[in-house]
Amino acid sequence: MKVLVKPERCKECGLCDAFCPKKAISHADHTNLAGYHPIVIDDEKCIGCGICYTTCPDGVFHVLGK
Amino acid sequence: MAVERKVPAIIDNPMSFCPGCGHGIIIRLICECLEELGQNQNIIFPIGVSCSSNLGGGLVTDRLHCPHGRAGAVATGMKRVNPDNIIITYQGDGDAYNIGIAESINAAYRNENITVITVNNTNFGMTGGQMSVTTMEGQKTSTSTHGRDCSITGFPMRFPELVASQFHIAYAARGTVSSPAHINQLKGYIKNAIEAQMNKEGYSVVEVLSPCPINWNLTPIKAMERIDNELISYFPLGEFKQRSVKEA
Amino acid sequence: MKGNIAIAEAAVRAGVRLYAGYPITPSSEIMEYLSWRLPEVGGAFVQAESELAGINTVYGGSSCGVRVLTASSGPGISLKQEGISVLSDEELPALVINVVRYGNGLGTLFSSQCDYLRETRGGGNGDYRCIVLCPSSIQEAVDMVSTAYELGEKYRVVVVMMTEGALGQMMEPVTLPDFQEPKRNYWGFDGKYSYKKIGIFDRDSKKEAVELNKKYAEIKANEQRWEEEGIEDADYVFVAYGVPGRSTLGAIRELRAEGHKVGLIRPITAWPFPEKAFEHINKNVKGIITVEANATGQLVDDAALFTKKVLRADIPVYALPFVYGVPPIREIKAKFAQILAGEIKEVY
Repeated sequence: MKVLVKPERCKECGLCDAFCPKKAISHADHTNLAGYHPIVIDDEKCIGCGICYTTCPDGVFHVLGK
Repeated sequence: MAVERKVPAIIDNPMSFCPGCGHGIIIRLICECLEELGQNQNIIFPIGVSCSSNLGGGLVTDRLHCPHGRAGAVATGMKRVNPDNIIITYQGDGDAYNIGIAESINAAYRNENITVITVNNTNFGMTGGQMSVTTMEGQKTSTSTHGRDCSITGFPMRFPELVASQFHIAYAARGTVSSPAHINQLKGYIKNAIEAQMNKEGYSVVEVLSPCPINWNLTPIKAMERIDNELISYFPLGEFKQRSVKEA
Repeated sequence: MKGNIAIAEAAVRAGVRLYAGYPITPSSEIMEYLSWRLPEVGGAFVQAESELAGINTVYGGSSCGVRVLTASSGPGISLKQEGISVLSDEELPALVINVVRYGNGLGTLFSSQCDYLRETRGGGNGDYRCIVLCPSSIQEAVDMVSTAYELGEKYRVVVVMMTEGALGQMMEPVTLPDFQEPKRNYWGFDGKYSYKKIGIFDRDSKKEAVELNKKYAEIKANEQRWEEEGIEDADYVFVAYGVPGRSTLGAIRELRAEGHKVGLIRPITAWPFPEKAFEHINKNVKGIITVEANATGQLVDDAALFTKKVLRADIPVYALPFVYGVPPIREIKAKFAQILAGEIKEVY
């Protein structure tokens, strides 16, 4: 795993999905407490580049850097 | 080559901005810069009235809600009595350029050693998307329902260019959050602005073109595209007043 | 010394380290003096672009825990109400000096007491009060500056010193107070988030309002200040503050010498109003008379309220509104004669 996520903060804005260069981000079928389908990262595709962190307005991501 | 990227502790809170709003990115960038410059425990934010007010619940720093538009004056008072603290106003376009234009202009005019971050989303977001001085010609808002008629309401105001050309200030720039590359460029501008203040060079301002998906009636992605396709041609990105490097 | 300048120097000596304001007659000497005097002691002076900016600059300074000051007159204080309301909401102290001049709108340059109701009722939007001090001499004003900051910091409220054009402009001998070491209040910002605050959307406004009102009740109970003379046996008690309070004192002394049983209550705090003074009034008093430098009679509202509350409902309360200026002793005496003759009717 290269990125930790806080799914409870996700507002499903879709910015990370759109900018992810590896298309590694999708959304869960379930909703979080705020009613949004939080993002899910495909660890196989993720390269830990940090673009999701950069574009996320809600502090969902923590790129571990390893 | 992977680098750790973690939301700075002083802003690591859930905030009630709308999905896809640019505010969350902008305040995170400011806090990243403060952290990287070693100023995250030396910061006071005078916060504007608008969506900016949400920072009251987000920031874990000294912060003060200012009357609408007055952050430039409040910041002046703070900086004059606490010259060693970093003072950053965080305001929207309606706050800084409509109701607060006198305070904003005069802080720049005096070259107060403060940093002003204005979030330009071309409308009054918090109150439901009314026209502001940065609303684009033809843009429909709740007070320009047929599209802004600039012949009777004036043309969108370019504040960084105004203060950069007219006053003796330290730094003025405009960035945006519309793409990862732009976000990285913006972070450089914000860092310059804070460094200018640390170096006592004087007034620094960074305007940020920021999406307001809800009031623009666009999806977050489409809102970012609007910035790239419609706003940047009128509100160009870049530095309008560069820092003049002082001898150490 | 001239009133405005003596007050400004007293502020420096009380440890004020930020002044921000905008010029307006008859208050401008305060800022003129501080423009060079504050930098001498390491303080900051900001000539703001407007009264709005002035009070908000003061708000910023107060948030950092230093003693701050702004001064203006009627129309300028109107603009400052935004900031006074915000200071009150954030429970940050400041001293605001209103060198009162007469009139609505732009008004006039005449010395007056026309802002009584505004100052004593909070003034801006919302549900707050400021402590309102009204000196009648330059010495009293100078001595009051330090008290104003102590009260403001004790209760964390805005203190308004309501002087008058006459007091600001006249000259009297004065003994200046000693220098105090400038202080930093514990709530002041230091950039390290040492003093925790919650955001505007996370506040419990109802609970806060109830707490605030408790504080105001405490101020009312503990901080009433006044001067009284000859009210225990008086047939008629005058109520007057500020410079008219001084001439009224002269008038009651002359009237006493002429055989009239008259007394004076001179409020030093207009808010909290000195209700307790009314407990000292002769129970068989025949009337209460306010002397005021305004046209509509403003002080009379409070004088009547507490006459009816503390004494009896059937005691007539008269107003002698002199519009502006300082009412001369002979005119106060002449009006008193008219009251005795039944030519002036009570207001309440």
